[in-house]
Amino acid sequence: MSKIKARKGAPYARILGVGGYRPTRVVPNEVILETIDSSDEWIRSRSGIETRHWANDEETVAAMSIEASGKAIAAAGISAEQIGAVVVSTVSHFSQTPAVATEIADKLGTDKAAAFDISAGCAGFGYGLTLAKGMVVEGSAEYVLVIGVERLSDLTDLEDRATAFLFGDGAGAVVVGPSDEPHIGPTVWGSEGDKSETIKQTVPWDRFRAGDLSELPLDSAGNVKFPAITQEGQAVFRWAVFEMAKVAQQALDAAGVTSDDLDVFIPHQANVRIIDSMVKTLKLPEHVTVARDIRTTGNTSAASIPLAMERLLATGEAKSGDTALVIGFGAGLVYAATVVTLP
Amino acid sequence: MAATQEEIVAGLADIVNEIAGIPVEDVQLDKSFTDDLDVDSLSMVEVVVAAEERFDVKIPDDDVKNLKTVGDATEYILKHQA
Ligand SMILES: CC(C)(COP(=O)(O)OP(=O)(O)OC[C@H]1O[C@@H](n2cnc3c(N)ncnc32)[C@H](O)[C@@H]1OP(=O)(O)O)[C@@H](O)C(=O)NCCC(=O)NCCS
Repeated sequence: MSKIKARKGAPYARILGVGGYRPTRVVPNEVILETIDSSDEWIRSRSGIETRHWANDEETVAAMSIEASGKAIAAAGISAEQIGAVVVSTVSHFSQTPAVATEIADKLGTDKAAAFDISAGCAGFGYGLTLAKGMVVEGSAEYVLVIGVERLSDLTDLEDRATAFLFGDGAGAVVVGPSDEPHIGPTVWGSEGDKSETIKQTVPWDRFRAGDLSELPLDSAGNVKFPAITQEGQAVFRWAVFEMAKVAQQALDAAGVTSDDLDVFIPHQANVRIIDSMVKTLKLPEHVTVARDIRTTGNTSAASIPLAMERLLATGEAKSGDTALVIGFGAGLVYAATVVTLP
Repeated sequence: MAATQEEIVAGLADIVNEIAGIPVEDVQLDKSFTDDLDVDSLSMVEVVVAAEERFDVKIPDDDVKNLKTVGDATEYILKHQA
C-alpha cells in the first residue's frame, strides 16, 4: 500500500461576494388571474406575493446565471480565472446533458474550472454552499462559484390554483473563498424521502414521452399539459413551519450563535406566511432583519436565498459583516441551514 | 390526564387568540374558524399543530378539513387525546 499525499486548503471559508439577476418582465397578480379563479387579495394574504419576474426567451438558465455570477465575482474582487469550481443548483434547466455549469464556467472566462449541476430543489443553495466550503478547506478550489438559478415559469401549470401564482424566475450567485476565521457555520441538512410525493413533477419525462393520453393531465382546451411542479400545499406548509424552525434552531446552536446575536434571517422565499410563522416559532428578536423578497420575486427555488441576500445588501437593510441565518427547504423533501457572515 | 371539554375550549381559545388575535371570549363551540374567527386555511394549520402539542393528539392533514367549528375540534380532541 502506497502512502497517499493529501492536500490542505484554507483554514476556513467565507462568502466573498453575491450577485443576482431578475428577469426584465414583471408579472403582477392580475396576469395570474387570467388563468385561475382567484383574487389579488387571496394571493397576497396566503402567500405575500404581489409580483414575480418571468424570463423571456433570451433570459435562459445560462444567461441569467452569467449575469448574476459576473456581479458576484466583481463584488468578491477576484477575476474569473481564479475560480476553481462552478456549482449550479437548478431543477429547471431542460438540457440535462451536459451540465449547464460547464457553459457558464466557459462563458465567464474561468480557466477550465471544475463545473457541475446539482439537484436539491429549494435547498440547493445551502447544498452548494456546503460543497463549496468543503472544496475551499480541502484545497480542491481556492474560489468556488455557487449559483442558484431557476426558470420555474417553464414548470408552472397556469391553470393550477395551488401553484400558478407561486413561482418566479431568476438567478443568484455567490463566490466562496478562503478565510482565516470561520464565516460559514456548520450545515444542518438532511432529506425526508418519505415525503417525496408532497412536491414533485406532475409527470416524469419518460411517461410524458410515452404519451399515453389516459395517463396524462389535459388542459381546459384538451391539450396534453407540459409537466409542471405540483404540491400538497398544507402538508408542505405544516412541515416548513414547524420542522424547519427546529432545523433553523439547530443551525444556530451548531454555530454557537443565539438569536440575540443574529442580524439577519434569510429563509427560502416560499411563502410569506411560512416566513412569518418561522420568525414567531424561533422567537427572533425585533432587531433581526427578515428577508421578505418573495413579495416581488415569488418562489424562485434555489435562487431565492442569494437573490434575497443581494437585495438586502443593495437596499442597505443588511450590511457586510452581518451575521445571517440561512435556511432552504423544499422538494425531496430536503433542507439545509447554516449561519454565515454576509459579504 | 385527559382534558375536559371545558379545558379544551379554553385551550383552543388561547391558541386562536395567540394566532389570530381574536378575544378568547369569542371562541365558542358554535363558532366557525374561517367564517367567525378570522382563522384562514393556513392559520388553521398553525392552530392544529398548537392543539396537537397542548392536548397530546395527532391531527392528520386529511382530518383538518373536517374541523370547521370550535365544536368539531373540541370533539375530535376529546375522542383522540392520549
Ligand atoms: C399554496 C398555498 C398558499 C395554498 O394555501 P392553502 O390554504 O393550503 O389552500 P387550500 O388548497 O387548502 O385552499 C384553501 C381555500 O382557498 C381556496 N383556494 C385555493 N387556491 C386558491 C386560489 N389560488 N385563489 C383563491 N382561492 C383559492 C380553496 O378553494 C379553499 O377554499 P374553501 O376552504 O372554501 O374550500 C399554501 O398551501 C402554501 O403556500 N403551502 C406551502 C407551499 C410551499 O411553500 N411550497 C414550496 C416549498 S419549496
